[in-house]
Amino acid sequence: MRATVVVRLKPEVLDPQGDAIKRALGKLGFDGVKGVRVGKILEIEIDQEHAAAPDLKQRLEKMCDAMLANPVIEDYEVRGLE
Amino acid sequence: MRAAVVVFPGSNADAEMIHTLRDVCGVPTTVVWHTATSLPPETDLVAIPGGFSYGDYLRCGALAKGSPIVAALRNHADRGGYVLGVCNGFQILTEVGMLPGALTRNLHLRFECSPRHVRVTAKGPFTPRVGDVWQLPIAHAEGRYQASDAVLDTLTQSDCLALCYSTEDGNISDSANPNGSARHIAGIYGGPRRNIFGLMPHPERASEAIHASTDGRVLFEAVLRLS
Repeated sequence: MRATVVVRLKPEVLDPQGDAIKRALGKLGFDGVKGVRVGKILEIEIDQEHAAAPDLKQRLEKMCDAMLANPVIEDYEVRGLE
Repeated sequence: MRAAVVVFPGSNADAEMIHTLRDVCGVPTTVVWHTATSLPPETDLVAIPGGFSYGDYLRCGALAKGSPIVAALRNHADRGGYVLGVCNGFQILTEVGMLPGALTRNLHLRFECSPRHVRVTAKGPFTPRVGDVWQLPIAHAEGRYQASDAVLDTLTQSDCLALCYSTEDGNISDSANPNGSARHIAGIYGGPRRNIFGLMPHPERASEAIHASTDGRVLFEAVLRLS
């Protein structure tokens, strides 16, 4: 099974990389882009035994709290358990 | 005084740190690989050098959380032992939660490599005199210090905000800030006795006559006098 974790900068954290991408899109002629924010997607393969465990989502959230996201600047979302 | 320098895969300022402590300051210094589970006995100061630990994967310093030495480092600091984190060392200390806040991409997105001035804004084990202006080099792409307003206020009120980017005359201002750090922060204290110090500039690259400045020596000599 594969879980997808999306990590985003918190809305109040400035994203200079996103701003640079927004400006570059403008230079390429793409009008109307109001803002760009850059985040990460992590695709996590889970073995069968652990995928069947009832606490899978909590374990994934623990992984986020422990390392995948930095709570000072980032939010995360565990999605797509497939 | 005995020192230890912790080396992670991807550390690249370890040689300067070891040389500065051992040869310039004359401190017996042990090199500790990150897989060690304990520090050498009677270690007073642990230095975490700059570099790109674990290739800066995920976030700078994030993967160091999984290194066995971190538990020993935490125990050392909890007991009041001195810890110095320089550049990537500072990033590691924030990622493992030993210092508050986070170090994020420089505002202008460039890797900034230049001599800078910083002013001492709080007295502590690594910063003996408030008002001192030091010239130290910086070399980083992720040095923009970020924390909530509440954390920033606490740092200020508890004399933990110890080093700020400034002009040569000591004026702390936007124009002297090389990376967009909140409140122009270059270095902060943490730990039970303000015994943990993290900073983005490199004092070990400003400690000898051959360097552009010897101001970094003040930082090492201050802490080495303490035990």
